[in-house]
Amino acid sequence: MSLLDIHDLRVSFPGRGFRAAPVEVLHGVSLSVSPGETLGLVGESGSGKTTIGRAVLGLVRPSGGTIEFEGREIGGLQGRARRGLSDDIQVVFQDPYSSLNPSITIGDTLAEPLVTQGATRRDARARVRSLLDQVGLPSDAVERLPREFSGGQRQRIAIARALGPQPKLIVCDEPVSALDLTTQTRVMELLIDIQRHTGVAYLFISHDLTVVRNISHRVAVLYRGDMVETGAAVDVTSRPEHPYTKRLLLAAPVADPDEQRRRRTERKAATAASA
Amino acid sequence: MTRRIEPVTKAVSAPSTESIATVQAAEVAASRTPIWKKLLRDPQAVITVSILVIVFALGVLTPLIALHGPNESDLSMVNAPPGTPGYPLGADESGRDIFSRLLHSINTAAIAALIGTGVALVVGIIAGLIGGYFGRVTRASTEWIFSLIMTFPGLLLLIILMPVTGGDYRATMLIFGVLLAPGIYRIVRNLVLGVKNELYVDAARVSGVGTLRILGRHVLTVVRGPIIIAAAFMVGSTIAVQSGLAFLGVGSLEVPSFGAMISSGFRNLYIAPTQFLWPSLLLGLITASLVLLGNSLRDAFEGSRPKPSKVGAGQHVAERAEDTVLVGADALLAVRGLRIAYPTPSGDLNEVVKGVDLEITRGEVLGLVGESGSGKSQTAFATLGVLPNEAVVTAGSILFEGRELIGLSDAAMRPLRGKEIAYIPQEPMSNLDPSYRVGAQLVEGVRAALPVSKKEAKERVLALLERCGINEPARTFDSYPHQISGGMAQRVLIAGAVASRPKLLIADEPTTALDVTVQAEILDLLRDLQTELGMAVLIVTHNFGVVADLCDRIAVMQQGRIVESGTAAEIFRAPEHEYTKALLGAILDEAAYRTDPPVAPAPEGAIA
Repeated sequence: MSLLDIHDLRVSFPGRGFRAAPVEVLHGVSLSVSPGETLGLVGESGSGKTTIGRAVLGLVRPSGGTIEFEGREIGGLQGRARRGLSDDIQVVFQDPYSSLNPSITIGDTLAEPLVTQGATRRDARARVRSLLDQVGLPSDAVERLPREFSGGQRQRIAIARALGPQPKLIVCDEPVSALDLTTQTRVMELLIDIQRHTGVAYLFISHDLTVVRNISHRVAVLYRGDMVETGAAVDVTSRPEHPYTKRLLLAAPVADPDEQRRRRTERKAATAASA
Repeated sequence: MTRRIEPVTKAVSAPSTESIATVQAAEVAASRTPIWKKLLRDPQAVITVSILVIVFALGVLTPLIALHGPNESDLSMVNAPPGTPGYPLGADESGRDIFSRLLHSINTAAIAALIGTGVALVVGIIAGLIGGYFGRVTRASTEWIFSLIMTFPGLLLLIILMPVTGGDYRATMLIFGVLLAPGIYRIVRNLVLGVKNELYVDAARVSGVGTLRILGRHVLTVVRGPIIIAAAFMVGSTIAVQSGLAFLGVGSLEVPSFGAMISSGFRNLYIAPTQFLWPSLLLGLITASLVLLGNSLRDAFEGSRPKPSKVGAGQHVAERAEDTVLVGADALLAVRGLRIAYPTPSGDLNEVVKGVDLEITRGEVLGLVGESGSGKSQTAFATLGVLPNEAVVTAGSILFEGRELIGLSDAAMRPLRGKEIAYIPQEPMSNLDPSYRVGAQLVEGVRAALPVSKKEAKERVLALLERCGINEPARTFDSYPHQISGGMAQRVLIAGAVASRPKLLIADEPTTALDVTVQAEILDLLRDLQTELGMAVLIVTHNFGVVADLCDRIAVMQQGRIVESGTAAEIFRAPEHEYTKALLGAILDEAAYRTDPPVAPAPEGAIA
């Protein structure tokens, strides 16, 4: 049985201006995530990948379709009913700078979801220490403010916050794209490691096919609000069928001058053929 | 060359995140100190707070100190001069003790300030939080109400409402508080609108935190500082308004207040000139202290910001290495021993570029690679002569076609910049002025670099836009920046950069903000233009894929130093420095996949 089931999801945003028609950014997307699995969601800016994540998180309201979590419809849930889901679904955002409140200490940031779930202060404090340990940060981080940490460390803090309530699903919205290369690799290793130990499922949103390939079991490719291709990570990222996925694959530059030259020629040939 | 360092620089605003990161360490220490400690270090705050504490303590102690009641009059003491026994500051026209009345007036002022400011804060903050946080309809209605309040002529309204308030100054101040509320409402609403979309508020919502708690915890903490500052100013203005009304004789004559006292002193100006002086002095002292305290609070909360640094007003040079190194004749740009430093709050210099040597020959593409904070952008900015004002070039030289760029004045640099040396930024959108059409901005650039007429410039720009892969150049020419996409904006900027056929193009992370398919097209365009124009290109990037695509040679930077440089083929095939190896090793393998299957979730509670 799948953990998350999205069927024919549509999301519209109000148009700009008085009585403007709403703009539909997702035109009926269906996908599913099984327990303990990573589904990579790839697309460029404006493809609607972030909107899917926000709909699952209850931050945008779908205009059509269903979002089922453990067989229960959560698409239109509001208020208390929605808040009840927070120990099952968590999030790690892209920007490690704005995702932590600059004036609240790390300890308080991490304790917030726990206390909201009804943990006592003392339990929360103990749990915060074990969370920091889990993401490889020293426990004296509790007293410090976000600005004292680097981007990679902040992202670890954000991961710790998401792990706090022991969720079944974490929506990772471009969690490593703002990080340096070496940091990126370490954060991804951490995410995979956590998944192996806890069996949490990831909905992993990224524009970077290489990142997605390294962390996902399955991959879905989005293009302008439609899902164009989905399947096992190996298949989609090495033998793509849809022309857009092919284009995406060829466009990513590789760190090897000879291979990159070959890929460039191939891409130009493909563009010329389609033109 | 003299060394000019501004001693108290706390923040550096530079065109790159990198330079900010370098001063952050120092800034952290400064910003971690609690507000009250910062205030203690500010003599202005200490003095004004002391004055206010003393004045209002006197007010509290009035029953103990005052020799007479506020309205206790003695006809034998009418207009008694200062120094009369029992009447230290004399008595007024009704024979009332001025000293005692002053003390009682302090209390009146304090109550007026408490009521007026309190009402303004309560109404303004609550409405601001609601109007800012909730949806469009709620916001529209609060907006409408507060705009309506703002249209009322305040002082006049207070006078007209006298029959309603019955002359009680407390009721008047209550109404005045409501009239002041829109100011607070605006501050709070704007801040809330900004905070509401922060990711940490989203994260809190995902964590199941209720709306009220989000408002109280995440939103209110951000608006706290500005509100405290505004409140200090508002206390001053409520006291002033209360006195003003009393001076005009509006309200009960029984209530002792500065305004009433000044008014009576005014009438007796020729008989007893000092009567008018005492209340005015005390009122002045209180309001001035409040305003100055407000300023100190602002400094403490928001950090006394240095003037926004003008970029490119000449470079500060500490010393010049006189030993000019001979450079090969084909070198277009030669950087030698370049050191760039930023002043820290303690006055020391924090070096971010620690002796960089670079050489670019004509028509060559050099990739300057490194992680954030490595100083790669700083090096590029120094070459362009657009380092922030605080930056100090402590040593080194930058030779462009044999000409020293370090120490050139802005005026001397201008003919080079944009014409011989062009620049493409990381964020194309923020480098276009949103209020001018794209074409106008390009024409302006072309005409600054080349002696051509407006018409010629336009033709040239249109041709360039087309050359840069823009399908409908005329349409883009007439568009505003918000009407074009990020990739299009970067094409526009590239068109502008190559318009004068520069010899050197400096591109700072030119594709980082773009989608990967757009990136590929921009890289194609850069490569084609580079071959066509035979220009040298310095690409600053962290992406080895971009380097592999474009560069002839690579220089790897780490913590302000170049640790390795060589041809692209050499470095990719056989990196020698540990750091280069680490960087290349960190690149995710193209052929690697996630192989382990999904694991079943651990039973509840087993996760720790």
